[in-house]
Amino acid sequence: MTTPGRDMETTVDLPTTVAPVVTLPDDTGAPHGGPDGIHVVVPHHGDEGTDEVPEEQRQIVFELRGLEVHYSGALAVHDVGLDIAANEITAFIGPSGCGKTTVLRTLNRMHDLTPGAVVAGSVRYHGEDLYGSKVDSAEVRRRIGMVFQKPNPFPKTIFDNVAYGAKLNGRKRSEMHDIVEHALTRAALWDEVKDKLKRSGLSLSGGQQQRLCIARALAVEPDVVLMDEPCSALDPIATARIEDLMEELKREFTIVIVTHNMQQAARVSDRTAFFTAEVDDHGRRVGRLVEYDVTEKLFTAPSDARTEGYITGRFG
Amino acid sequence: MSASATVLAGGSRLTPGPRSRRRRISNALASFLIFLTFVVAIVPLVFLVVYVVQRGMEVFGWAFLTENPPFSERLDGGGMAPAVVGTLLITGAAALMAIPLGVLGGIYLNEYGGKSVLARVIRFLAEVMTGVPSIVMGIFIYTLVVLNTKELNGLAGALALACLMLPIVIRTTDQMLALVPRELREGSQALGSRRVRTIRTVVLPSAAPGIVSGALLAVARAAGETAPLLFVIGITSEPNTSLTNGPNTALSVQIFFNATRPFAPAQDRAWGAALTLILIVFVVTILARLVTAFFARRQAA
Repeated sequence: MTTPGRDMETTVDLPTTVAPVVTLPDDTGAPHGGPDGIHVVVPHHGDEGTDEVPEEQRQIVFELRGLEVHYSGALAVHDVGLDIAANEITAFIGPSGCGKTTVLRTLNRMHDLTPGAVVAGSVRYHGEDLYGSKVDSAEVRRRIGMVFQKPNPFPKTIFDNVAYGAKLNGRKRSEMHDIVEHALTRAALWDEVKDKLKRSGLSLSGGQQQRLCIARALAVEPDVVLMDEPCSALDPIATARIEDLMEELKREFTIVIVTHNMQQAARVSDRTAFFTAEVDDHGRRVGRLVEYDVTEKLFTAPSDARTEGYITGRFG
Repeated sequence: MSASATVLAGGSRLTPGPRSRRRRISNALASFLIFLTFVVAIVPLVFLVVYVVQRGMEVFGWAFLTENPPFSERLDGGGMAPAVVGTLLITGAAALMAIPLGVLGGIYLNEYGGKSVLARVIRFLAEVMTGVPSIVMGIFIYTLVVLNTKELNGLAGALALACLMLPIVIRTTDQMLALVPRELREGSQALGSRRVRTIRTVVLPSAAPGIVSGALLAVARAAGETAPLLFVIGITSEPNTSLTNGPNTALSVQIFFNATRPFAPAQDRAWGAALTLILIVFVVTILARLVTAFFARRQAA
């Protein structure tokens, strides 16, 4: 890993030259993009802006440039460029089929497991090429954990579910209990399960299972946690708990979340990327990034007509 | 639609109309036919078991399991010890050969081969092999092993049975692994687990109940096979605990030999052997269910 600190020069140049965020053909040409889009000093943050890191101090974890994903030769996501910063919650929103999950899965090389999926362009993680020839995808996934749409605890005990990743890290059996307790505590599940660690993970409710999966991901001590619609299978109460949890977790981790739920993105995220699907010349649907900005700005004053249309419910 | 029309046409909402009556009749008729076919299927089975138990109990007992057959097959008494030893030994050896190999083959097919040409060919061949008559396996081993070693022994029989079990185990494993949800594999790999570890620690344990019961049912089937053993293991009248040294025998083979003798005591021993064999298969099947239930409970509890 190279030094994690990225200075602002890099951050500033890129949007004007590479990021498609700001160079969409049907934009009205307003000078919203470029440096402006990135330099926002967040004037309208007021009350809840306390955890907002000033632009200059943002530490960039992921840099995506010209990212494309093909499934069996068909282009699924076109030319995505964005930066994801440490200790922020970055949300990907957009209608079905817009490629937000596809982009998320490039961040921990999950596409390696999908036959026929090809990732092109560049994804840099702390400056290092995530798809470099010497990079080991299993190591990548230990740094960059993932929580899935459907809770997927292993058919093992609650304890073994959480210990699974720690064992992968070569942690000793004697440390295991502390690791499990710590991870379950951080996932706000310890009090509910401390008396039944020997029970199967499948015996828990859906919301508990999802928090178990979060604890399982945290026990590996990752740097980033990717969440692919983590609440879509949960009821509002369980959803609220997971959202609170995310607020807690972002102090220690970088979180990227895909969500169908715009209110959720507005509630929890610091920055939001809006994707949409466009029909190309051959009649195929291709996902592309429309706008990426500070969440509050994206929801209150979107620069792109399509973003506005989506968030106001006029399409998607 | 028509139901509401009927209601509108007048009368109670709750008493059946003409169409409903017809449906009730066809429903009752179908239920009766289904029950009838069940009875037709189960009756021969019950008769078979009852008859074997009845005839078998005439000679069955501890002595039957532990004594050698009498000097002359016309004599009463004696037991089937050599055949019991032979069946357990040969089937056990066959299981030891076929189950690990078959499970590994199934893992290859589902986890690595997928839809590749090689995997498709193996899957097809395994399917064909399941349909090969068991006596053909016997001839195969006879030509390949017995004619070359010039020896009749238990190992040849075990090889023939293993050839029979292998495709069953491969296919069951392949199918059971295919049922393991993709989310579990992804969940494990998303934690930084490599493929082999994922298979060993997540995929196989999830599929274990199905694989175990499939394997034990293959064992049960092999234990009852006669044809492939007939001409590769020879015969013996004393228990032979060696697989490689000297001829052996098995319950199925003894049933065949004794039942075709014209002497009542030999025929009685054939019934006793049949009962013993059914009991062994029964125990293996019960074991399969218990193991399956154990795994299933541990995962779901």
